[in-house]
Amino acid sequence: MQVKEYKPLIVAFCCNWCSYAGADLAGNNRLNYPADVKIIRVPCSCRVNPMFILRAFQRGADGVILCGCHPGDCHYTSGNYYTRRRMAMLFSMLDYLGIERERTRVEWVSAAEGAKFAATMNDFVEKVTALGENKRLEDLRCKR
Amino acid sequence: MNKNDLLREEIIRRSGVNPKKCMKCGKCSGTCPAYDEMEFHPHQFASMIDSGDIQPLIDSESVYKCLSCFACVERCPRGVEPAKLIEAVRLSVIREKGNNRMTPNDIPEKVDEETPQQLLVSAFRKYTK
Amino acid sequence: MQRIGVFVCWCGSNIAGTVDVKAVAEAIKSEPGVVYSTDYQYMCSQAGQNMIIESVKEHNLTGLVICSCSPRMHEATFRKTAAAAGLNPYMVEIANIREQCSWVHKEMPVGTEKAIILAKAAVAKVNLNTPLTPGESPVTKRALVIGGGIAGIQTALDIADAGFPVDIVETKPTIGGKMAQLDKTFPTLDCAACILTPKMVDVAQHEKIRIFSYSEVTEVKGFVGNFDVTIKRKARFVDETKCTGCGDCVDKCPMKKNPNEFNMGMDNRSAIYIPFAQAVPKVATIDAGACTMLKKGKCGLCSKVCGAGAIDYTQKDEFVSEKYGAIVVATGFNVINLDKFDEYAYNQSKDVITSLEFERLTNAAGPTAGKLLRPSDGKHPHKIVFVQCVGSRCENCAEKGKEYCSKICCMYTAKHAMLTRDKYPDTDVTVFTIDVRTPGKNFDEFYRRAVEEFGVKYVKGMVGKIVPEGDVLKVQASDLISNKQLHIDADLVVLAAAIEPDKSARPLATMLTASMDTNDFFTEAHPKLRPVESPTAGVYLSGACQGPKDIPETVSQAGAAASKVIGLLCKDKLVGNPCVASSNELMCNGCSSCERVCPYGAITYSDKEFRMPDRTTKIRRVASVNPAVCQGCGACTVACPSGAMDLRGFANDQIMAEVDAICK
Repeated sequence: MQVKEYKPLIVAFCCNWCSYAGADLAGNNRLNYPADVKIIRVPCSCRVNPMFILRAFQRGADGVILCGCHPGDCHYTSGNYYTRRRMAMLFSMLDYLGIERERTRVEWVSAAEGAKFAATMNDFVEKVTALGENKRLEDLRCKR
Repeated sequence: MNKNDLLREEIIRRSGVNPKKCMKCGKCSGTCPAYDEMEFHPHQFASMIDSGDIQPLIDSESVYKCLSCFACVERCPRGVEPAKLIEAVRLSVIREKGNNRMTPNDIPEKVDEETPQQLLVSAFRKYTK
Repeated sequence: MQRIGVFVCWCGSNIAGTVDVKAVAEAIKSEPGVVYSTDYQYMCSQAGQNMIIESVKEHNLTGLVICSCSPRMHEATFRKTAAAAGLNPYMVEIANIREQCSWVHKEMPVGTEKAIILAKAAVAKVNLNTPLTPGESPVTKRALVIGGGIAGIQTALDIADAGFPVDIVETKPTIGGKMAQLDKTFPTLDCAACILTPKMVDVAQHEKIRIFSYSEVTEVKGFVGNFDVTIKRKARFVDETKCTGCGDCVDKCPMKKNPNEFNMGMDNRSAIYIPFAQAVPKVATIDAGACTMLKKGKCGLCSKVCGAGAIDYTQKDEFVSEKYGAIVVATGFNVINLDKFDEYAYNQSKDVITSLEFERLTNAAGPTAGKLLRPSDGKHPHKIVFVQCVGSRCENCAEKGKEYCSKICCMYTAKHAMLTRDKYPDTDVTVFTIDVRTPGKNFDEFYRRAVEEFGVKYVKGMVGKIVPEGDVLKVQASDLISNKQLHIDADLVVLAAAIEPDKSARPLATMLTASMDTNDFFTEAHPKLRPVESPTAGVYLSGACQGPKDIPETVSQAGAAASKVIGLLCKDKLVGNPCVASSNELMCNGCSSCERVCPYGAITYSDKEFRMPDRTTKIRRVASVNPAVCQGCGACTVACPSGAMDLRGFANDQIMAEVDAICK
């Protein structure tokens, strides 16, 4: 029997102004990172409702990463500060649910930090791969 | 960590002062009433402790010349509190070397009628283990 | 149900090299809503765009997914294409399979698999897209400038020269601000009045500019292009239209012992006064707190001598309402209060003065007619000590000083010291500094000239205390370079006091919903790229209200703010971004959570009447978003506990659908 290599499923939310542009820059510079990362564009990191992250885990994501502008650089002045607080709350709840802390991350990536974006994704994928499949919410997943 | 760094950490911990906040304006030394008595002046304490150059301070008489009037603490624009640094250096001399600056035997010759009791008590507290 | 067409771009070999574009087009065909899919070498080319337009017509498409480069690159292009095909431009979604797929992955199967998933996510989103139309709002072609200092004057002149009417609101009886009080200006040493007063006259004579002096803004409503502003015109008890500014009333007024604000209280003025000879408008004002006629009903001398019959003791505060398209804040700065700096004896001795007072003392129109005389005894001072950074660069002592560098002090002190040595070579001038900060064109050269040519003594060190003793000031200071404590008997001490934003700025910021930093300086929309705009649309910043500034910087910022205002007022209509928040009034529970997180003040609450199922009506408090002000960040959508708030173009169900498509 052929053992299929484990590939994690990772959802990345990127704010339009900094991190999404940073991801584009990583592309422009041909910096590789695993294809397991799928990016969803949002106007600002503060647009990310904790519900989206819960939904991703519920539907079988192994890791969720949220990228925004550096504190103080938000295109909308204060959006990423809201993000920081909201995610701190969400992560403590995920902790309570038993989802490993390494499966979620908030990272500030500016539009100039293509290399940081690629490095962050490589590191995150590596950490999540090491954790293996997200079994915790498995029984909550919609059976198809 | 070498000896200087250890000493530095110890003094910073004991004084609760961060000498990195100093912007080297010298207002502490400008305000110090005991300036001319001191070999090392308040601003030098901040700068020398920060750079780990502490032994000369320990060896100098300056730590006893500080009146602990706290004028420098009051006026420092950056909240560095040089008097607390000087106090911490003094304590490291007295505590670690056991060098009591003053013994009960010294008191009678220092006393005259004008000397307030409080001065003796505070000097005793400051200069002995 | 949408009829979606998917167009996969090769981008030459940029995409096709790592992604099997044909496989992507084939795989996406089975997705719900997709009725057509194809691939093409260069989708953004004219031929590619034409192909899209024809496909829309041929297959009756209602939504498009373009699998191509980043939306940051060509989203606008494909939206135009959609519009040309008769679709709503917001029915287009881009799957980024170049920058975020083909360029970062090396193997064909991996790239293809990811491209298919990204395409599916875009399809899932388009399925839920709704046509969006950007809101339009008219623009009132009139600007308001709050503050009549050099910043406000320059902004108003620039806007008015472009042909738009401008109103200046100034709290003082005259425009001119701080610059009018200055003697000479660094680094060229031209006299402030000589360069400012012609500008003030230009303002007065400009047919497009109205001056509301002795007035305040009391209420601001509305949004960019459509501000409704209420201005309080304080009663000055003189009819501005009749007063000729002859000054007869000023001469006759018996109440002459009132501190003269213009001269920093160093001499007196009468109860009815004109701040200075070149005041604009040159109209007298009665100080209601000093006038015996207004206080006790006795006197009335001014009214008797006034040939124009301009005095009106019954005048009341008036409120004027006006509409504006843009508002420029130019509220400027003040010198901080030095009461808490006991060590400098500012309150103990008349001979310890601030630099602004020194400025008046050396001004030919000042209290001493330009002769440098000690305020206490009128004698010529022979030893002057300047102290820098008084209250600037203080940490953790907000009640005492300010944390920032006030920026202008190094230069004006060099100017004062130089001018003193030039005019009175017998005077010994010592400047105590922490650092000398002279970044600016010809600034450091200026400071060096003060030292090298004029013999000003600079000492690195700070003054610790100043004690008045007899008729001298005992200055005790440190000299850090020679490691000495200095004791100087000075005749005059000049303190370079920190500057702070005007007190009126904070309430004004609340009215404008413009944000401020912890020091009450207005924050700019972007610290590097949008330095003269406030994050609140339609509100612009000019001068020291945004941060400490010297005159050249203020003037250039004023011009920049004016050009932004002109750019706004040129437009007949403002076309907004349609991707804005909107609230579902039926679900809104009136909690105000969204209002609190909105950085733009775009959300307001109002009571609305709803018909209930049982045919009764009920009044509920619900949120509504002003689409002209909302910038579409989405902070409110997450804050909303009932899910009533949503963001168009990035709706909750759209992002959920993307998540679902990726996690399939």
